[in-house]
Amino acid sequence: MRSPLRSARIASLTMAHALALPLALGMVAGVASAAEMNISVELPKLDVAEYHRPYVAMWIEREDQSFVANFSLWYQQKRGGGGGPGAAGGEGGGGGEGGTKWLNELRTWWRKNGREQTRFPIDGITGPTKPAGIQQMKFPGDKAPLASLAPGKYRLVVEAAREGGGREVVRVPFEWPAKSAQSLTGKGASELGTVALNVSP
Amino acid sequence: MNRTHKRVAPAVAFLALALTAALPFAAEAHRPFIVPSETVLARPGWVTFDGAVSNDLFYFNHQPLRLDNVQVLGPDGQPVEIQNSNTGKFRSTFDVQLQKQGTYKVALVNNSLNAQYETAAGERRRWRGTPETIGEIPADAKNVQITQQQQRNETFVTAGKPNDAVLKPTGVGLELVPVTHPNDLVAGEPISFKFYLDGKPAAGVEVDVVPGGTRWRDKQNENKYTTDKDGQITMTWTTPGMYWLQADIQDDKTSVKQAKSRRASYVATFELLPP
Repeated sequence: MRSPLRSARIASLTMAHALALPLALGMVAGVASAAEMNISVELPKLDVAEYHRPYVAMWIEREDQSFVANFSLWYQQKRGGGGGPGAAGGEGGGGGEGGTKWLNELRTWWRKNGREQTRFPIDGITGPTKPAGIQQMKFPGDKAPLASLAPGKYRLVVEAAREGGGREVVRVPFEWPAKSAQSLTGKGASELGTVALNVSP
Repeated sequence: MNRTHKRVAPAVAFLALALTAALPFAAEAHRPFIVPSETVLARPGWVTFDGAVSNDLFYFNHQPLRLDNVQVLGPDGQPVEIQNSNTGKFRSTFDVQLQKQGTYKVALVNNSLNAQYETAAGERRRWRGTPETIGEIPADAKNVQITQQQQRNETFVTAGKPNDAVLKPTGVGLELVPVTHPNDLVAGEPISFKFYLDGKPAAGVEVDVVPGGTRWRDKQNENKYTTDKDGQITMTWTTPGMYWLQADIQDDKTSVKQAKSRRASYVATFELLPP
């Protein structure tokens, strides 16, 4: 609730302030909210006897393949959840730590970043595995990981690994921030279908 | 079998196997190795190890590796017990529980003395033992030649984030000091290792590297590298899989005064992952 005193103060702003402030705010907000990234990842429907949803990691790398930031990580979190490389115990499958045991099968991601993580799940990054089909995600420019992304050339990396199946990495180069709206795609051949990246300026 | 061989006590017979691996020509024939079930774990858990000596890499078709002198060091540099060890006809196995995050070193370390001499009656004999048992060589023995053996056979595994606490040299014999972390080896990327002899960089050491899977090809595909003035080699391995590395030196820098020569050997197994 706004206090009467505060209302009075706002009311006492000069005409110039009253006009300039909302304008400035509007412009900043307008720029920030427009810049965003839409990612769609296709997990192909596979005709296999025993299908397990793949583990998928999505992150940003520099042109030299060095790691910048995570977008998302999907892995099997049930059977208790929690755990991670820092947790004691854990053997075989499951055992109360979810599927963290198999995170190293996302081999590239594990080496670039996974092994640096001290615990799972990771706030704002991890989620459960997804069914086959197209998964859509939106990442606003004023929120992690894009808010702190320095201007430059990068690549979106999507890595998928499936139990009893294969592993595949698809990279889609992009520039941040975009000068104009960009529609970029990459395509997998086995574990991933089309990876589409729409960058708004 | 002649009397000379019968004199070799069973407890030290395994050293003969390891010794043959250190001899220049026998190295082609008998290769000792310790192979982990996996080298990169996402979180603390168990790894099982196989140890054997065989012609082929990495198959168990000749002799098991004796586990008496296996040492495991954890990410904090502290010893870790091996569990469920068993020595079978062709291989030994044991488990290690990786309870902490970081890099573990599994090492089979043998330090021994090897002698040849003639008895007063002129019979040639061999002897194997330690500085403590050197009195077993008869006082009236002639043409006594004692060689000091320093052997190290290693492999590395990591749970979670790799660290380097176990990668420091101990200062005894021939040792590998990784520049590239041994659990961060990726096909097509340069790999650098340094070799140390008695804790100092060892220049001019010849290092042999053989990829596993020798049964399924006609050639050994052996690669040789020589350490530079800093004791370093840099190489790129292309085919993912398990790799066997071996190096040995011979000199007269013994730490046992009765030994006139010293042979120091180093063997390790590494896993090369796809990019």
